[in-house]
Amino acid sequence: MSVDDFINQTGEWLKGTGAHSNIVMSSRVRLARNLAKVPFPNKARKKELTDVLETVLAAINETEFFKKSYIFKMTELDNVDKQFLIERHLMSHEHATQPDGKALVVSQEEVLALMINEEDHLRIQVMQSGFNLDETWQIINRIDDGLSEKLGYAYSINWGYLTACPTNTGTAMRGSIMLHLPALVMTKQINKVLAAIAKLSFASRGFYGEGTQASGNFYQISNQVSMGQREEDVIQNINGLIRQVIEQEEQARQALLVQNKSMLEDKIFRSYGTLKSAHIISSQETVELLSMVRLGVDLEVLKNIDRKSINELFIMIQPAHLQKIEGKKLTASERDARRAALIRQKLGGY
Amino acid sequence: MQCDICGKKKATVHLTEILDEQMTEMHLCEECAREKSVKMEQQFGLADLLAGLTDFGKQIKDVEKVKLKCAGCGMNYDDFRKFGRLGCSECYDTFQAHLATLLKKIHGSNHHFGKSPMKISQGEKEKIITLQELKNQLNEAIQMEDFEKAAGLRDKIRQLEKKEEPS
Repeated sequence: MSVDDFINQTGEWLKGTGAHSNIVMSSRVRLARNLAKVPFPNKARKKELTDVLETVLAAINETEFFKKSYIFKMTELDNVDKQFLIERHLMSHEHATQPDGKALVVSQEEVLALMINEEDHLRIQVMQSGFNLDETWQIINRIDDGLSEKLGYAYSINWGYLTACPTNTGTAMRGSIMLHLPALVMTKQINKVLAAIAKLSFASRGFYGEGTQASGNFYQISNQVSMGQREEDVIQNINGLIRQVIEQEEQARQALLVQNKSMLEDKIFRSYGTLKSAHIISSQETVELLSMVRLGVDLEVLKNIDRKSINELFIMIQPAHLQKIEGKKLTASERDARRAALIRQKLGGY
Repeated sequence: MQCDICGKKKATVHLTEILDEQMTEMHLCEECAREKSVKMEQQFGLADLLAGLTDFGKQIKDVEKVKLKCAGCGMNYDDFRKFGRLGCSECYDTFQAHLATLLKKIHGSNHHFGKSPMKISQGEKEKIITLQELKNQLNEAIQMEDFEKAAGLRDKIRQLEKKEEPS
């Protein structure tokens, strides 16, 4: 059981299937939970952290949900391993610091990921491809029920689940959808859409997680509020909002096809051509060009390329992935060359 | 050299970012550099934001704030203000008055309406059931227009909820 086992597989959420997968990359729900009567990780002593770890690992052994799972203790991983797991969206940057008592449990298909002793004792995440937040919520709800039979959670009748940060208190649930919105960006409508989202108390982030700028025209939209509404109602609110954003993007894509078809096709084919020909390429440039190629696949301007292999490339062109594939450390300029080679190989380039 | 972002104008600003031991160099034109610096400034920390929100404390005297210290983990109110993180579930009792206001500011509500864990103590379970029953009776009383009974039930509910805030 090693991190390397993941190199040759694709997480379920990257498969490019499910509802509206031409626009929606993935649906994700995460829950924060803490054990009662134990300080939160930021105040817990080393012994308390390792006790929490043992308690949680014993509990997941007794449930059916983690039967085929990998368990990675942070004290046993090197920096590239940790970076690799972050790049796969299985854990946070914060989880890679101060390794004592920290662990990550990942299901075989990478649908379920559990961070132990991150900001809270448990951070449970379920992620699926396409626009599928209802089912994603149902899966994580069952897992949470199962775990709460074994573990005593810090919970108050009035305030719900008690978390280290008061922005999570209550349901401690964050539902998020990763959207690919190139047409809204190209038609310069994206800022209007993002401003409306912010007004409705939803947050938008980039593809590479919290605090990152949107790149490759990917936007992650999630709820901000976790108190005063039932989980199901929050999910329905996100669904309603996302449906509207999808519609806007569809309209913008159609408008581009009708009004600027040759400009659009030129952009897509040039991006495809550069990716197939480049011998040195930065991750920033790759992500921008891949975004255009993905749009080309979605609009059927580019044929015989499947969405899954483009989705995979967004993950594989990152530094730790390149180093894992190569099996050794690479400098930044070595990575730029290795990245270009990988893309040429995947896209059948020159 | 051309700008890494727009690819059009000449790059005159050379920016080195170090993030998690990863160094990236960017070469930008003046216009794109300005835009990027604005975006960087926007990425303020959550702690800053919370510290701002917790400044509602004008109604609570500074002396009282300093005295507040959680018996569970030793965190005091100033630590919380600085880091934006609570230390344990007991902090929710210690800073109850402050948190009730803060939670309302963040979420627009300070009442949980979601699910509850499967395993909670027998006492808590009974309290949840009692609360639900009282709320049902209150609805009935309102429908029957028996406002005297309704007021009594409302007070009982408030009292019970107050005791429960939070466990």
